Amino acid sequence: MAEVSIANYMVNFGPQHPAAHGVLRLVLELDGEIVERCDPHIGLLHRGTEKLIEHKTYLQAMPYFDRLDYVAPMNQEHAFCLATEKLLGLEVPERGQYVRVLFAEIGRLLNHLLNVTTHAMDCGAMTPTLWAFEEREKLMEFYERVSGARMHAAYFRPGGVHQDLPKGLAEDIYAYCDRLPPVLEDIEGLLTENRIFRQRNVEIGVISAKDAQDWGFSGVMLRGSGIAWDLRKAQPYEVYDKLDFDVPVGKNGDCFDRYLCRIEEMRQSLRIIRQCIEKMPGGPVSSQDRKVVPPKRGEMKKSMEALIHHFKLYTEGFHVPAGQAYAAVEAPKGEFGVYMVSDGTNKPYRCRIRAPGFVHLQATDFLSKGYMLADAVSIVGNLDIVFGEVDR
Amino acid sequence: MTDTIWQTLWQGYIWPGGLILANILALVVPLLIAVAYLTLMERKVLAAMSLRMGPNVVGPFGLLQPFADAVKLIFKEPIIPSGANKILFIMAPCLTFILALIAWAVIPVAEGWVISNINVGVLYLFAISSLGVYGIIVAGWSSNSRYAFLGALRSSAQMVSYEVSMGFVIITVLLCVGSLNLSAIVEAQRTVWFALPLFPMFIIFFISTLAETNRHPFDLPEAEAELVAGYQVEYSSMHFALFFLGEYANMILMSGMTTILFLGGWLPPIDVAPFNWLPGIFWFALKILLLLFVFIWIRAALPRYRYDQLMRLGWKVFLPISLFWVVATAGFLVAFDLLPKGV
Repeated sequence: MAEVSIANYMVNFGPQHPAAHGVLRLVLELDGEIVERCDPHIGLLHRGTEKLIEHKTYLQAMPYFDRLDYVAPMNQEHAFCLATEKLLGLEVPERGQYVRVLFAEIGRLLNHLLNVTTHAMDCGAMTPTLWAFEEREKLMEFYERVSGARMHAAYFRPGGVHQDLPKGLAEDIYAYCDRLPPVLEDIEGLLTENRIFRQRNVEIGVISAKDAQDWGFSGVMLRGSGIAWDLRKAQPYEVYDKLDFDVPVGKNGDCFDRYLCRIEEMRQSLRIIRQCIEKMPGGPVSSQDRKVVPPKRGEMKKSMEALIHHFKLYTEGFHVPAGQAYAAVEAPKGEFGVYMVSDGTNKPYRCRIRAPGFVHLQATDFLSKGYMLADAVSIVGNLDIVFGEVDR
Repeated sequence: MTDTIWQTLWQGYIWPGGLILANILALVVPLLIAVAYLTLMERKVLAAMSLRMGPNVVGPFGLLQPFADAVKLIFKEPIIPSGANKILFIMAPCLTFILALIAWAVIPVAEGWVISNINVGVLYLFAISSLGVYGIIVAGWSSNSRYAFLGALRSSAQMVSYEVSMGFVIITVLLCVGSLNLSAIVEAQRTVWFALPLFPMFIIFFISTLAETNRHPFDLPEAEAELVAGYQVEYSSMHFALFFLGEYANMILMSGMTTILFLGGWLPPIDVAPFNWLPGIFWFALKILLLLFVFIWIRAALPRYRYDQLMRLGWKVFLPISLFWVVATAGFLVAFDLLPKGV
């Protein structure tokens, strides 16, 4: 009898696929419905951010960070500002630190609302997404009120934040903290106890604690596997050590545990936001070092020195002492780090960005192997990948 | 001489033919309008459930939206992929659409309001709905696209699996009625709707109709997150519209079937004064509307099953339960001598 060779079915999944979360391209090798190989292709959103930053002053480089993980823009700015401040040896006033933490946690809410519900959408549940987008819109309004932009805020600056909170914003955010939990409960009502959702996620995409560490995972991807590692607790930056919050940790390392972690992190974020507003002291929101932070407009009209500072800062920018520094924040997706090398000029010599999504994307192959096509989709949705930061 | 030929022609062919045509039009035209408004209802209900407005620009409350959609689709360019089998590619949506319509021939919408009151109505319906899978298979195969092909494979597996348990469910109903005629089935429910004594069967039948019409949570053949649009991924313009119409007509058909088998067809809920003044078609339409609302509600509320879970539900849960109920019902009817007689 003649030998019959059976070829596996190759499917080109993306980059224009509705479940590809942006421009992910997966080359899937299918045996029937079972995924034999899952090969992620990246680079379709590559914009050369790191190289572009080398040709911009520090202040000009900052807005690029909004455009990395555009789901939670301010968290990225945060890492850049921390790295720059480390090189400059600059202290941020306490109020500035509280404002930063406040908006970093709003970023976490923005991210988790999107991820949890789009993951649900990948599993076929369409309603939670629309509910969450309504809430995201409200949170983005807070962004807009503080910075003038819904997404690309450019609000965090080396030395603090750009402006103080406008009048009434803190009260509105505080009031909002009571309005989000019912929505979260509604979303959970459709997902957490839903049998189909559980069948689609429990025991799917299991990562052992060892694998998660070996592959350099961070954030929820690591905590879902049972390792309590959160930069906010492990190496507190800003005022996180003064705030009281819990870090949820998963047990089984499957998609469902990570989903639960994200839901609980949202509740913890709300706790942090409340505490920030309660504890926020008065005073300036950014450093008074006029060699780095431009003076207020009113001051400029009266003081010659302030005018010169303003002119210098917005033309030449500030010079950063030679050296290198790594600063990382607990971005919603994991450890977002900036490794900066300065040669003493007004532009970074090298700015390397460590994006959590890039690391997590490696997992698609070994997580999807042997699972069904629908699981591969659900796993990719659960990895929390945004291509802005993966491709940079 | 010519007079008599004319008379025979008129009496034997033209008049009855015209009558049949008028009958068909009287059914199909309202049906197509119902399909059009079902799409609007789906969008409106889904919108309300996700806290949105839904279509509200075209006409008052968006009431003209279905026609705007239809006009848009008609004026789009039909694209036939170069690798496709052209004849089959065009034939497939027509097949789906035609099958969705001709099944209505035996559905009694009210007492005596039926185009063809045949005595094997249930078998006819079952045969037509089984043929429906061909439209999808042919579409998936002829598009020569991998996503479409996967969608077609899923769809055929799913429809075949759920038809088995649907068959058993229908048998339990037939045991209680003793006839395959749909009007007789409705008449048999004068005392009590079958949904009450055969409640588990009613649930299984309803869930199977969800699978049969490729609706949530069984919409794997067109699962957006996995297969983009499944078997219809390569279709555009009117070809797509035919699939779409066929699918929604099928939804109405399946709801109609559930209504006839379990919810007493055109019968009012209680046979007393204010209820039985209303014509039968009103009750029939109302019951279908309720079922369709549940279809949409489920779509808004539930995630999607995975392929193997869907198969397991069909073969390992529904099939044994329905098989057991066939035996249990038959045993009960024989034991208490309740079998329908003289039909």
